[in-house]
Amino acid sequence: MTVSFLRRRVFTTDHRQLAILYLFLGLAAVIAGTLLSLLMRLHRTWPALALPFYGVLKPEDYLALVTMHGTLMVFFVLTIVPQSAFPNLVLPAQIGATRMAFPKLNAAAFWITLASFLTLLSAFFVPQGAPIAGWTSYPPFTEFAAAGPGQGAGMDLWIIAIALFCVAAEAASVNFLVTILRLRCSGMTFRRLPLTVWSWLVSSGLTVIAFSALLAAAAMLLTDRHFGTSFFLPSGEVLNGIVQRPGSGSPMLWLHLFWFFGHPEVYISILPGMGLASSLLANFTRRSVPAYGLMVVCTLLIGVLGLGVWGHHMFVSGMNPYAGTAFGLTTIAIAVPSSAEVLTWLAMLFRGRLQVASPLLFTLGFLSFFIAGGLTGPILAQPALDAYLHNTFFVVAHFHLVMAMAGVFSVFAGIYYWYPLLTGRLLNEMLGQIHFWISLVAAYGTFFPMHLAGLAGEPRHYAQLAGPVTTFANLLPVERGITWSAFLLAAAQIVFLMNILWSVRRCSHVDANPWRATTLEWSPILHPIVRNGPYVYGPTAAPQQDFLPQWATSEPRVRSS
Amino acid sequence: MPATFTRHQVETERRDTGYGGKPPVDRRPTGGGGGDENWDSRPSGRRGPREQLVRFRLAMFSGLAGDFVFFAVLVSAFFVRPSSGHISAADTFISDWHPLQAPPILWINTAILLLSTLTMETARRQLFHEIDVMEEWLGLGRPAVRRAAPWLIATIVLGLLFLAGQWIAWEQLSREGFFFSSNPNSHFFYLVTGTHAFHLIVGIGALLFALVAMFRFRKVELRQIAVDCTAWYWHAMGLFWIFLFALIVFFQ
Repeated sequence: MTVSFLRRRVFTTDHRQLAILYLFLGLAAVIAGTLLSLLMRLHRTWPALALPFYGVLKPEDYLALVTMHGTLMVFFVLTIVPQSAFPNLVLPAQIGATRMAFPKLNAAAFWITLASFLTLLSAFFVPQGAPIAGWTSYPPFTEFAAAGPGQGAGMDLWIIAIALFCVAAEAASVNFLVTILRLRCSGMTFRRLPLTVWSWLVSSGLTVIAFSALLAAAAMLLTDRHFGTSFFLPSGEVLNGIVQRPGSGSPMLWLHLFWFFGHPEVYISILPGMGLASSLLANFTRRSVPAYGLMVVCTLLIGVLGLGVWGHHMFVSGMNPYAGTAFGLTTIAIAVPSSAEVLTWLAMLFRGRLQVASPLLFTLGFLSFFIAGGLTGPILAQPALDAYLHNTFFVVAHFHLVMAMAGVFSVFAGIYYWYPLLTGRLLNEMLGQIHFWISLVAAYGTFFPMHLAGLAGEPRHYAQLAGPVTTFANLLPVERGITWSAFLLAAAQIVFLMNILWSVRRCSHVDANPWRATTLEWSPILHPIVRNGPYVYGPTAAPQQDFLPQWATSEPRVRSS
Repeated sequence: MPATFTRHQVETERRDTGYGGKPPVDRRPTGGGGGDENWDSRPSGRRGPREQLVRFRLAMFSGLAGDFVFFAVLVSAFFVRPSSGHISAADTFISDWHPLQAPPILWINTAILLLSTLTMETARRQLFHEIDVMEEWLGLGRPAVRRAAPWLIATIVLGLLFLAGQWIAWEQLSREGFFFSSNPNSHFFYLVTGTHAFHLIVGIGALLFALVAMFRFRKVELRQIAVDCTAWYWHAMGLFWIFLFALIVFFQ
């Protein structure tokens, strides 16, 4: 490994190389997060099982697994892959630019993200281990080192990691915002932007706002822990029979601040997937996006409304019930633009000329999860129903389908779709389809039964169901099924990794535009001039060509089908 | 080609002298090339004198928008904390929030910071003075830099004075027994003033950078960007301080 290799591939400001680095970081995080979740499943199903080199998991270990699984997946997988890796990969190309607006800032963002990742993982190796407060880190549990194992040094590392991540995410987003707004090539007007770029525009704006709020909240939590302030510290806190430092702070304030970040975060991670779904459905049905303007407006609306729904995470937290009603209404309101997008996608499928390939399959998987998980959204958005369902596995099922699985499937769609950009080769189609079908079935097998467990009242964050209290013992068969399914889901990803490794050397080369796509990342021209919209599919003047790419020099002569 | 925005009487008169060509300056909105020229239809990197400047400014403003949210979140504690007491056993509401008498020196500090904003703006405008900038661009001298430097130094001095004043305010409070951890109001006071002071230290770093950049950067555009972005950052910090100051003094 020579110095020049390092300079070209690692210590570089080239956005394509940074995208690869981000993808590797995301891969490391998703492997770590998945292993943690499998340990959780093992423990829930066989609580007495002794792990090799470790022994039996203690309840606090289970909580540490929950915390680190959530933090890794939300920040280092569902945020950095759709919101950092993919834009680095294709954003400049899609707007006809050759570079980012601020390449050094962009590279710095990656390195700070990596520092954040290492800081977070180091929490496992400090005395008492990783934090156990969940990825939301509600006070007062996070206020004192005495609150539990891992709430000392581990919790501090968690806060520092999150603060670093906030800085990195904002730096990256500022770069994306300026790139989109100022570096578009000639003719790339806003009405000709691909919907992925619109999504990144909105999600970058959300990132700047949401992560600033989290950064400030993290700073206040840190001063609460170490400098004697009491922003989030309630009065009369008693831990293990000892009355703690008095304060009359408000844990509710943390909840508000955290979810003011936390809900936009959901859209930060899913909006790029929605933009990608529109692009891919247009490509693989060979039809234009029928309501481009509507899709753009919906994306913007989701961004704006997404900033005003955070209270729906807090219905049972002691928040004023009237506020709960208001947040319920805004949450149901955000279902309107989301549904408009979903209906548009369904309309594109209807009578579309489907070209079945793995990117399309994963997009359909995204769509399926987005609908299945999305439908429980308006249920949970009603304070009365949420009072029962809150903190049950119903919620776990909801967000794992609508955010995690939909997000991950859109990430897979993106990787299968853009793989030729990186390697000049397609991923193996058969392995791709095997990967898809097993993942789809196993993902539903893992997360769908959680609805039933949740309806039966099974709580989250409980280390085990068996034991002296047998209330939920009759759910154990469901739990076992979920565990087997989760292992199958993880195993299916081995197919994917094998496919990546195998295809990078073995698959045959493809031409520059293997999907016959219209957007500029497939353009053979470095400095294109754009004359038509992003999704012009249909019969053209040229024979054997059913699309008009954005880099085409001729005027659009397509008759829309 | 640098951006300019002031036009002198002399410049206006010189425009149609009839001798040779006009200096290639950016006369907005068309950019100097004639009525129907649209910079945006050119390839990136050749979109006129303001292209890079606008790019950096946009980044600065997006970053400052995030910073604004950061301060707004800190301020939210100021409004939530007074009402977050508890109900005692005797069924009375007990709050540990005590109003804080802001040290009077804050008024002087505020005046100093406002003054520094003025000096900063003066420095920034020097760098866009059309005659001076054209002279620099043609390599005939450094009039813009020479005129801006004293104002920039004045801004640094005033910024340091403000920080010293804040330090005195903290000293006074701590002598009266109010520390960071004393009561909810002092938590808030020290947190926001401390965070703001940290931002100003970063700002002074940026000012020093801009000062060096003015003399070291070879391209006029980059000198303008260094001073311009520092100036907007500095103005934003002034604006944030006015909000924080009003909050601390008038909304106890």
